[in-house]
Amino acid sequence: METRVNYKNELNLMATELRLGLPGSDDKPSIRNNKRNSPDISEDYSSSKSSSSITMPGDDDQDSPPPAKEQVVGWPPIRSYRRNCIQNTKKNKGEGTGMYVKVSMDGAPYLRKIDLRVYKSYPQLLKALETMFKLTIGEYSEREGYNGSDYAPTYEDKDGDWMLVGDVPWEMFVCCCKRLRIMKGSEARGIV
Amino acid sequence: METSELKRSKDSVNSYESARRSSFPDEVLERVLFLLKSHRDRSSVSLVCKDWYNAERWSRTHVFIGNCYSVSPEIVARRFPRIRSVTLKGKPRFSDFNLVPENWGADIHAWLVVFAAKFPFLEELRLKRMAISDESLEFLAVSFPNFKALSLLSCDGFSTNGLAAIATHCKNLIELDIQENGIDDIGGSWLSCFPESFTTLEVLNFANLTSDINFDTLEKLVGRCKSMRVLKLNRSVSLEQLQRLLVNAPRLAELGTGLFSQELTIREYEELESALSHCKNMHTLSGLWDAKGIYLPALYLACTHLTFLNLSYAALQSVEVAKLLAHCPRLKRLWVLDTVEDKGLEAVGLNCPLLEELRVFPADPFDDEIVHGVTDAGFVAVSFGCPRLHYVLYFCSQMTNAAVATIVQNCPDFTHFRLCIMNPGQPDYLTNEPMDEAFGAVCVLSGCPKLRKLEIRDCPFGNAALLSGLEKYESMRSLWMSACNVTMNGCRLLAREMPWLNVEVMKEDGSDDSQADKVYVYRSIAGPRRDSPPSVLTL
Repeated sequence: METRVNYKNELNLMATELRLGLPGSDDKPSIRNNKRNSPDISEDYSSSKSSSSITMPGDDDQDSPPPAKEQVVGWPPIRSYRRNCIQNTKKNKGEGTGMYVKVSMDGAPYLRKIDLRVYKSYPQLLKALETMFKLTIGEYSEREGYNGSDYAPTYEDKDGDWMLVGDVPWEMFVCCCKRLRIMKGSEARGIV
Repeated sequence: METSELKRSKDSVNSYESARRSSFPDEVLERVLFLLKSHRDRSSVSLVCKDWYNAERWSRTHVFIGNCYSVSPEIVARRFPRIRSVTLKGKPRFSDFNLVPENWGADIHAWLVVFAAKFPFLEELRLKRMAISDESLEFLAVSFPNFKALSLLSCDGFSTNGLAAIATHCKNLIELDIQENGIDDIGGSWLSCFPESFTTLEVLNFANLTSDINFDTLEKLVGRCKSMRVLKLNRSVSLEQLQRLLVNAPRLAELGTGLFSQELTIREYEELESALSHCKNMHTLSGLWDAKGIYLPALYLACTHLTFLNLSYAALQSVEVAKLLAHCPRLKRLWVLDTVEDKGLEAVGLNCPLLEELRVFPADPFDDEIVHGVTDAGFVAVSFGCPRLHYVLYFCSQMTNAAVATIVQNCPDFTHFRLCIMNPGQPDYLTNEPMDEAFGAVCVLSGCPKLRKLEIRDCPFGNAALLSGLEKYESMRSLWMSACNVTMNGCRLLAREMPWLNVEVMKEDGSDDSQADKVYVYRSIAGPRRDSPPSVLTL
């Protein structure tokens, strides 16, 4: 019993006081020097039942960027089967099957990027573009394109050609769209 | 029993005659106790007196062992001679996340050998986080002529060849439940090993196997197993094939679909919808891989009595899931991907007042660039609509102290609270303060009288914390601490003070000698184990 009491007193209890945040908010001792060398230091996750999530100091690592998350042991805390499913889905998606594409708008000072995978249909995509650039694109018709609108959404396909958004089925569009351009004004109205 | 009678029978413990005079005849007692299923009740019963202890052990048919190293198979067999069903759990939970060395232990074979000798009439085996080889599966298949049910979750070391052995030899099989495992999936031919005369299967789950199976074989198997009530398919089964299976199995209580995204004609869609609508008994629905929103309405009529819906392999948007949930008023358990976002979770709160369990998984945890998913707002919305919520696993992009406090106030019955903030180093994003208050709101380390398991990763807890829980550890199943501030000396002290505990330390290559990188502490009456690999030290 005595041994235990002495041992306790020797410890710096502040070091083990539960802290759940970034360092710098108080003088956090450099506990992390004692930790293993493996790269998963700047991660944050949960433990189960009776503990809650604990954050790890991330500010210390400003000189060396944190490692890519995939390489970190035990992060994120999901089972191998699910992890493999996610990674297989990413592999299958590969290049050009709908990822982030650049969107330019005539007259706008800089480009934007959107993730085509997020949308399931043309109306959804067009609505997102309208919101993003604060404009109205209007209705698509096969015969007249976006006639009546000041703007026409176009895209560059795999062959490098500029096409009107909406002519091909959605799935096909997502596969071959490399970038988007919202044309404006007379040029736009010229597209039929 | 009257207290005085109890006292008398206790006093005359060696005199069986006098004990018999003053208590129930054994046969009656055993008959009554046979009906007792709860382990806690059985535990209490066994403590009353020696007669009751004996009656209990003779009448027990199912044994649950939460940690395979807490007891030995010989001890189990000695105490319970009539076991028909065993549930065994092995490795610590963090082995699911690759934090435990591969050869750590928890091999089932030694148990099977004892069971084959002592419980030749064994019917059921349910394993979680055990190491099991194909040889062991074959041994199992041939050693127990009455074998009826095999369930494997988070196990590893076996392949589909082991399943082939089970299908080939277990003539009375009722249940084959292969959940998420580290299985070597060589091919789907195991399914063809069920003989043509075999008709007893009621539960078939191969959802987590990736190889293609022969659909013709499957269709015939489902067709002749008229009592089938649980069928969970893998991705290789298409929507059209699903429809054909359902026509033959409308009484399914649990369905796991295959791939839920195929180009269907209108007629094919209507046939699918019709087949699903005939499944009036369905209470569990899962699978739904890559589910397309446009096909979800086919499920609506099947969801009326649903209590468990697993959408965690379908990247659905909030609007789609909201529409589906409107048809699931009786839902108790829901698993989703974070693609549903907070809006989707609002729909949960609005439509599912009976919800008890919610798990929100990350759809894309490896991509730093994409900021989406769910936040504290979604969790709070669920808590307002679902007061019975008590089990949550929540991967989110941000959280606040206030949100957790609200959640716990709305849902006072929490038993499992697992929160994972995906962006590292995130404090409460509103107040920019650490999440200390949240932790206090949920549970405090020293104040949990019913604490069973405690698992801590990457925290500044040290020896003081480890040693403060000494009395607790005997009533707990286990304690895990990894990447904390615990030293070898602290662990040695613990091992010395508590001889009934096994204190195991897993060292990592290149780490400081004095640091205890990973500590796993558990109570055991079997003593220190003898099968630990070199990387595991028992103190």
